[in-house]
Amino acid sequence: MTAKLSNAQIAWRAAQDIDDGAYVNLGIGFPEMVARFQPEGREAVFHTENGILGFGEAPQPGDEDWDLINAGKKAVTIKPGTAFFHHADSFAMVRGGHLDVAILGAYQVAQNGDLANWSTGPKGVPAVGGAMDLVHGAKRVAVLTDHTTKDGKPKLVQHCTLPLTGVACVTRIYTSLAVVDIQDGHFVLREKLVSISFDELQSLTGAPLHLDGDVADLIAPEV
Amino acid sequence: MDKRIASLAEAVADITDNATVMIGGFGGSGAPIELIHALIDRYLSTGSPGNLTVINNNAGNGHVGIAAMIEQGMVAKMICSFPRSADPRVFTERYLAGQIELELVPQGTLAERIRAGGAGIPAFYTPTGFGTDLAAGKPVAQFDGRQYVQERWLKADFALIKAETGDHLGNLTYRMAARNFAPLMAMAAARTVAQVSRIVAPGGIDPEAVVTAGIFVDGLVAVPTPAQEEVLNRANVTYPEVTA
Repeated sequence: MTAKLSNAQIAWRAAQDIDDGAYVNLGIGFPEMVARFQPEGREAVFHTENGILGFGEAPQPGDEDWDLINAGKKAVTIKPGTAFFHHADSFAMVRGGHLDVAILGAYQVAQNGDLANWSTGPKGVPAVGGAMDLVHGAKRVAVLTDHTTKDGKPKLVQHCTLPLTGVACVTRIYTSLAVVDIQDGHFVLREKLVSISFDELQSLTGAPLHLDGDVADLIAPEV
Repeated sequence: MDKRIASLAEAVADITDNATVMIGGFGGSGAPIELIHALIDRYLSTGSPGNLTVINNNAGNGHVGIAAMIEQGMVAKMICSFPRSADPRVFTERYLAGQIELELVPQGTLAERIRAGGAGIPAFYTPTGFGTDLAAGKPVAQFDGRQYVQERWLKADFALIKAETGDHLGNLTYRMAARNFAPLMAMAAARTVAQVSRIVAPGGIDPEAVVTAGIFVDGLVAVPTPAQEEVLNRANVTYPEVTA
């Protein structure tokens, strides 16, 4: 069993790439952790689809105001500089190219940047929310994910087999083992854990990993 | 001009069978619970309005609000982006049994279709959904080297929304994130009724603070201390109350 980064460590790594003052949308669940790991001295402005920019942290239990929630329907707070707006303005921010970064989870990412993260197939009740909007418009669309599925199959693949969220939309993938960019229809390896060899990483990846200069060590603190 | 309506029952009296009804809210935030429950009361006492198409971001949570409408059998079709919630049982069971139709729309496309309906724009192109199952069968076109999907406007016979303060002319302000779809729905429906926590005389709202201009609002009814769907669900409330 290869050592791998925890979800919190993957979120920490992604947070290092977010500039001070960036406008950022974090997907529901795992990507929300990114907000906890902003480097000292940087402050991003977080956007939530239901109509808040620059919201604050979760309130203390018992202090929730349920008119003040995020897209995951969790209670948040306001802080100096918070803005409210309606849904069409909110998605104008998304689609109109005004967000610097959108960070999402994934079931599969293909080497051309196709993303599948909304449906695992035709069973049950389909639900999409804002996923298909978020993958278009942000200057960078990054994915946080385990490098493989629970049963060891690659999540970075040649072609997605699950229903697509968007075509050729992802620009960078932070995994439990590596940082991979998508460039000209290829996976380009930027960073990997020291404890894993290139060949081992390649064997866990569903399409060729290309090299473009040095591969840096992927190092994340215990968080 | 005075758009005040004396009672919730009057506020929902015009909604007919087979109508398309936009209902404001994102989850519990902005859900016009009292208007919805007044509509349920009418259905239970008269059998109308039924066979409704309801447009909302979600498809109800627990056993109040839209979930209660579905539970009573008033809703034939939901148009929404995310028919899941903490407790989506009511919709899920009916959907899986084939008793309710679902039109699934990406959230931003849903908002823009409603906005377009209110703005007199019959169709528009969006990058959202291109190459996915939700764009199947829709016209696509290329603009400046990128592919876009054509989406149609959404309009409704009625909109039921929740606002914070309204004046006699229908000018509205909202409370925090509760505004979400309401300003768009108010524009897109032939008849819009708002429940508001406070009604003031014209001049009682700073013109700079008006979010929805009164031209988009046909009636308003005062609900001074509105219920919050999330709070009702956390208390396991069912509407109408089941008496043992």
